[in-house]
Amino acid sequence: MSLLLRRLKKSFREPDGTELPIINIEHFEIKPAEQVALVGSSGGGKTTLLHLIAGIHTPDSGEVIIDQVNLAGLSEPARDRFRAMKIGYIFQTFNLLPAFTALENVLLGMSFSGGKADRAHAIELLDEVGLKHRLSHRPSKLSVGEQQRVAIARALANRPKLLLADEPTASIDSRNQDNVLKMIRDVCDEHKVSLLLVTHSPEVAGQFGRVETLADFNKPTSIASAIA
Amino acid sequence: MNLVQIAWKSIRQRSLASSLTAFNMALGVMLMVTVLVFYGVIERSFQQTGANYQLVVGAKGSPIDLVLSSVYRISPPIENLPYIYYEQLKNDPRVEEAIPIAIGDVTQEGSFPIVGTVSRYFELPYATGKNFKVKAKAGFGGTFDAIIGSEVARVNGWDVGSKFQLVHGGADGGHVHDEYFNVVDVLARTGTPNDRSVFVNLRGFYQLGDHDKPVEEAISQLQKFYPEGVPGGEERMKELREFAKNAGAHDHPHGEGEDHEHHDHDHGHHHAIPDELKEVTAVFLLMKDKEDYLALSLSNELKTGFQAQAVVPKRVMAGLMESLIGNVQKLLVVLIALIIVVSGIGIFVSIYNSMADRRREIAIMRSLGAQRQTIFTIILAESILLCLGGGTLGLLLGHGLFFFGAPIIENNTGLVIDRYAFAPMELALFPILLLLAIFIGFLPGMTAYRTNVADVLSE
Repeated sequence: MSLLLRRLKKSFREPDGTELPIINIEHFEIKPAEQVALVGSSGGGKTTLLHLIAGIHTPDSGEVIIDQVNLAGLSEPARDRFRAMKIGYIFQTFNLLPAFTALENVLLGMSFSGGKADRAHAIELLDEVGLKHRLSHRPSKLSVGEQQRVAIARALANRPKLLLADEPTASIDSRNQDNVLKMIRDVCDEHKVSLLLVTHSPEVAGQFGRVETLADFNKPTSIASAIA
Repeated sequence: MNLVQIAWKSIRQRSLASSLTAFNMALGVMLMVTVLVFYGVIERSFQQTGANYQLVVGAKGSPIDLVLSSVYRISPPIENLPYIYYEQLKNDPRVEEAIPIAIGDVTQEGSFPIVGTVSRYFELPYATGKNFKVKAKAGFGGTFDAIIGSEVARVNGWDVGSKFQLVHGGADGGHVHDEYFNVVDVLARTGTPNDRSVFVNLRGFYQLGDHDKPVEEAISQLQKFYPEGVPGGEERMKELREFAKNAGAHDHPHGEGEDHEHHDHDHGHHHAIPDELKEVTAVFLLMKDKEDYLALSLSNELKTGFQAQAVVPKRVMAGLMESLIGNVQKLLVVLIALIIVVSGIGIFVSIYNSMADRRREIAIMRSLGAQRQTIFTIILAESILLCLGGGTLGLLLGHGLFFFGAPIIENNTGLVIDRYAFAPMELALFPILLLLAIFIGFLPGMTAYRTNVADVLSE
C-alpha cells in the first residue's frame, strides 16, 4: 500500500482565536511495504501528522491518498471504516483496554472492521509476538514490553497495509526497545505492510534504511516553527 | 467480539456500581411483579369463585360481608336465616337449585372453616364450566360424613377414613364438640376457597350442641323474620311449643323426618330437630333463566320486607375489586413504577459518572476504527443490559417470592394461590424497561458520541 501526502495543511485555533499552523507538507510519499522512520523535535507535529494519515484529524486542505483513496475527501464514518480495515496504529503508551485480556484486546481490534472476529488469527498474532502463553492476562498483569507486544498484535489484527507507530519504544527500557522494534519491522516485512514509525531517538531511526526529518518537508509558518 | 460483549466488559469493569444499580432495578421489578401477580391472583380468584351461582341469599347487612363469609369464607357470617326460609326458596318457582350452607365452626386441627351443606353442592359446577372432582365419589351418606378440600387434606394429612372434631363458633375461645366426623371424600384442587374448606353433612351439623336454637328464641326470631306472619301461622308455633315440652321430658326425642337416622358415632345417637329451630347462613341459588332476570326480580323483592338480602356474587366482588382493591393496586403500581424510574436514574448516574474515566477507552476504540454510532450503541447496550438484567433478576425474585410466599399468604388470608401464577401485564414490563434503558443511555451515549478522539489521545 502506498501513502501519498499532497499539499497537506493543518492548523489549530488557539484560545485567543489566532491560527496556529502545524502541518504544511507539499509532498511526501511512502511506497508499498516500505519502512520509514520519521524524526523530529517534540511538538513538531509528528503525532498530528499520524492522526491526519489515520483519518482521526481532517486536514484544512490537501490530500491524504492511501491506495488511491483520498482519505481527506471521505466522510467521518467512511474514514473510520477505512482506518479499521487498512491502517494499524501503535501508540507510545500502548493504549490497551484494562478490562480486556491480551486476546480480547487483539479481538477488539477486529471488532470494528465489519468482518467477523478471527480468534485463530488473533492467537496466531499473539504467538508471533511471543505471547501465546499470556492470552488470558489483562494488561495490568503484563510487563511493559509485553503490553507493547499486545499493542503490536492488535495493530496488525485486521491485516492492515499501513502501520503507523507513534514512538512505540519510548515507554520501554533499552533492553526491550530493540526487541520491540525488531518485532515491528519483522512483522511488517513478513506481512508486506508499509511502516511509518515516529521516533525522537537517533538509535531507533538509525536502524531504518529511510529516515525522514519532519522539519525537512513540513514547512508551517514561522510562529509554528518557533513553538516546535 | 460483538458490541454486547464489549458493553458487558465495561459493566464488569465497574462491577460494584453495576451490580448495585442492577440490583436496585431488580428490587423495583420484583415489587412490581409481586403486586401484579398477587392482584391477578386475587382478581381471578374473585372472578372464578362463586361465579356459577346467580344469587347468594343471606341475612340483611353488607353484601360484601355476605359474599366474603359464605363464598370466600374469610370473614365471620353476618347472621343466619331460618331453615324454613331456605325451604321456601327451594320451592320458589323461579328457583332451579337452592343450596344451603351453614358456617361458623372450624376444625380443631388447622382451624379450617366448616361448611355444613348437602351433597348436591358437589354436583353443581364450582366455577363456570368447572365441576368438582372427587376421589371416592362418596357424597354425604351418613350424618357425620365430611368431604374435605385438597389443601385441608395436604396440610392436615387427612384422607378418606380420617376422623376429626370441630371447634364451636370459631377457633378463639370456642369449645370442642364431642362428635367426630368421618372423611368420606377428598376434593381435587380447584384453586378456590373450597380447597381450604371442610364440608360436613348439614344434617350432622345440626346435631352438634348449640347448633339448634332454644324454642322461645327461635319463635321470636321467626316472628321478627316474618313480620307479616310466620308461614303455617299460630298452629305451627303451637306445635313447636308442644315439641319443646316433650323434649324437656325426654332429653333425646326421636322424631320423624330427615334427622331421624341412626349412625355409629361417638355421641352414640342423635335427635330430631324441627326445621323451625334450624338455621342456615346462606343459600346459593341457580335460577330457571340464565339471563339473571329472575335473580334480579328476587333480589328486588328482598329489598323490602324480609330480613334477607339476595346479591349477585360476581357483581359484588367486581364492585369490591374496582372500588377498593383496584384502586390500591393502581396506587401501588404507580408507586412501584416510580421506584423503577428512580432505579433507572441510579443506572443513569452510574454510567454518566463513568464517562469521564472512560474518555480514553472510547478514544482508543475510535482510533481502532469504531464509529461514533458504534460507541453510542455500546453505551446504550450497557444501559439495556443493566436494566434488562436487573429486570430479569427482579422477575425471578418476584416469582420466587411468590412461589415460596404463597403458602404463607394462604395460611394468613385463606386465599388459595397458584404458585405459578403469571400476570399478563408482566409481558409489558420488558418493553417498558427497554424504553427506559434507551432513555437512560441516551445522554451518556451522546457524551461518548461527541468524544474528540485526537484531543483525548493527546492528553
